[in-house]
Amino acid sequence: MTTPLLSLQGLTKAYPGVVANDQVSFDIGEGEVHALLGENGAGKSTLVKMIYGLVKPDSGTMMLRGQAFAPPEPRAARSDGIAMVFQHFSLFDALNVAENIALGMENPPPMGDLASRIREVSETYGLPLDPFRTVGDLSAGERQRVEIIRCLLQDPKLLIMDEPTSVLTPQEVEILFETLNKLRSEGTSILYISHKLEEIRTLCDHATILRLGKNVGECVPSETSARDMAEMMVGATLQTPERSGRAFGEVALDVSGLSVPSPSEFGTALKNVHMTVRKGEVLGIGGVAGNGQDELLGVLSGEIQTTADAIKFNGQPIGKLGPTARRRLGVLTAPEERLGHAAAPDMSLTENALLTGSVREGLERNGFLKWAETKSFAEKIISAFDVRTPGPENAARSLSGGNLQKFVIGREVLQDPDVLVVNQPTWGVDAAAAASIRQAILDLAAKGTAVICISQDLDELMEISDSFAALNEGRLSAPRETTGLTVDEIGLMMGGAHGMEVAHV
Amino acid sequence: MDLGEINPVLLVASLMVAATPLLLAAIGELVVEKAGVLNLGVEGMMIVGAISGFAISVETGSPWLGFVAAAIGGAVLSLLFVLLTQVALANQVASGLALTLFGLGFSALLGQSYVGIKPPSMGDIHIPVISDIPVIGPILFQHDPILYVGIALTAAVWATLKYTRVGLILRAVGENHDAAHALGYKVIKIRIMAILFGGACAGLGGAYISLIRVPQWTEGMTAGVGWIALALVVFASWKPWRALLGAYLFGGITVLQLNLQAAGVAIPVEYLAMSPYIITILVLVILSADKSSAPASLGRTFHASH
Repeated sequence: MTTPLLSLQGLTKAYPGVVANDQVSFDIGEGEVHALLGENGAGKSTLVKMIYGLVKPDSGTMMLRGQAFAPPEPRAARSDGIAMVFQHFSLFDALNVAENIALGMENPPPMGDLASRIREVSETYGLPLDPFRTVGDLSAGERQRVEIIRCLLQDPKLLIMDEPTSVLTPQEVEILFETLNKLRSEGTSILYISHKLEEIRTLCDHATILRLGKNVGECVPSETSARDMAEMMVGATLQTPERSGRAFGEVALDVSGLSVPSPSEFGTALKNVHMTVRKGEVLGIGGVAGNGQDELLGVLSGEIQTTADAIKFNGQPIGKLGPTARRRLGVLTAPEERLGHAAAPDMSLTENALLTGSVREGLERNGFLKWAETKSFAEKIISAFDVRTPGPENAARSLSGGNLQKFVIGREVLQDPDVLVVNQPTWGVDAAAAASIRQAILDLAAKGTAVICISQDLDELMEISDSFAALNEGRLSAPRETTGLTVDEIGLMMGGAHGMEVAHV
Repeated sequence: MDLGEINPVLLVASLMVAATPLLLAAIGELVVEKAGVLNLGVEGMMIVGAISGFAISVETGSPWLGFVAAAIGGAVLSLLFVLLTQVALANQVASGLALTLFGLGFSALLGQSYVGIKPPSMGDIHIPVISDIPVIGPILFQHDPILYVGIALTAAVWATLKYTRVGLILRAVGENHDAAHALGYKVIKIRIMAILFGGACAGLGGAYISLIRVPQWTEGMTAGVGWIALALVVFASWKPWRALLGAYLFGGITVLQLNLQAAGVAIPVEYLAMSPYIITILVLVILSADKSSAPASLGRTFHASH
């Protein structure tokens, strides 16, 4: 066997209270697409940060082409031919494409030359980009192109991609894979991090699975079923949420001709959105992040107010009502960002339960708070949704992402809503917690609640929603029944490939 | 009232002098804010610069050494801000306010024995022929050297931010410190350099007041110029040339209203005295309507977490 490109031996990294990586070893061959699989918190990101020189391992060694390799900083890793596309884009909104790319290079050429090289490389790989556009104005797919081109300009030996497809439409994913296959055929190795198993099965040659920081197994993805890989990741048998066939009632929420500007500078305005949700129906809203999801949630929750008639609840106009008035009527929301939007990080779970529950659960009287009732409401959420915490007096910040997510979803579900709007209900949540959150949403719908689920996880939407619509640049497509919808159709609803084309070299 | 007493040539020449302390402090703060740090201690660093410069030039007899000392004094005080905000990760607003209060008190202490002394004069430059051109000569070519340093610094900061890699990295750190860190740039180190530069500029600005504009030492003599410099940076949309324009506008109206007061114009003195503030802010607010926004990481504490 030839020397692998990169060989990891017993890498260990501990943070106070948690061992992020525990004796991880594996090899990446030349020209191999190697998948790194694992749940959130399994230690994937820490591992690649060690390879990229952002984090120093406590123990263990790395060998690059048989030579000892211990980059003290990303600059050193880059000069050894390692490039990385980050999960949360490492881009600068106010700078233009060329400036962003120059920042990621060791010795960038003068701006004029760089711009023409960007054009050249971007066209070669089918990722067209204008070097002088401001990054803040680009779509998520285009931003990723900036990152990829930044890497490609350095002629990398190993390209690390951290969850690259989570922000792309299916068509964009296809083009990305063409680009990656092209790179592989040129001899570049790729370390591909994802938890999307079907993607890994089509793209990767080899997979290493991490669980709780340990290497728990390896497989050849094309010969392993997605379910087997998922169970290796989770370390347990998975349960698929059940849905019962049910009849829908009358229209609970009716949105018509809704247009609102975005409150934030780089946000997306909603343009003429129409939708109706019936009692007992789950409407899934897909779309790439940044296409108006936050604005839609804001306008449905009452954080952004609009004309009264644009949103009707059981025929009653509510567009001008604020969040508390809407809660009183039975329209509840759970926003995407757990810490800071859905929950106040430094307040206890009891206090957080009070924040949204006070109106419907009657937790205050004449401006005075009923702490005893609030505490029992918080305890009810904790026990009903299996939130792992020592008790309701703990700060929201102390909970893991999945547990806090169960808490914030449970808090709304237990208030017995007539309409529930959730944004990214299982984002960053492990598979078991995700399954129980999805089940809770389905149970709620079975009891007659109209549910709107905004998510970027298409598999999730296919699993729980009855009808599907997609947001694209602030416009909502006409809702379609989920059964019988193909991935291609969904991709087109999401806006297709945003001007990408297949690599042509 | 006799408006004829106002000499337009002298007026323009003296507005440049009035504007220079403000310009120096604003350019320094602009660089600091471009790196994502909000240092509200400009006033404190200016006054410390004013007394250090004054004391050293009185003791050595050299105004040049005085200005060097002023830059060092301002930078040393900003080092305190560095310790608080970049090392101890304290809140930048509170630390900046503390810096101003500390600087005002500390300078009063240092300056006790310097009240009523006259500092050595720097003297204006005089270039043969050019400086003697009527009108243009006195306006543009008969000033003290530090005034030209201020203009040169504006040009240098503008060019560095726009055309050099150092400038690009500085802007990147101010725009998104997490991303800059992920790319391997030393966020804290870059910010410390920027803060020290800002401190040195503020110190120069302060010394310009005590050595050239006034020239003498009185307690609290910067009289709010540091705060105007802070406002100027915001209203100039973080653009160096606009800061220069704003500083000259402010200086111009200050000088003009003093002349008007002297000429006995029938406008209450209070209105004249407030006019530089109001007009400068109005003009810059109108100019800043082009939506150039603040550096996105401005005022946020950076902590390199895993």
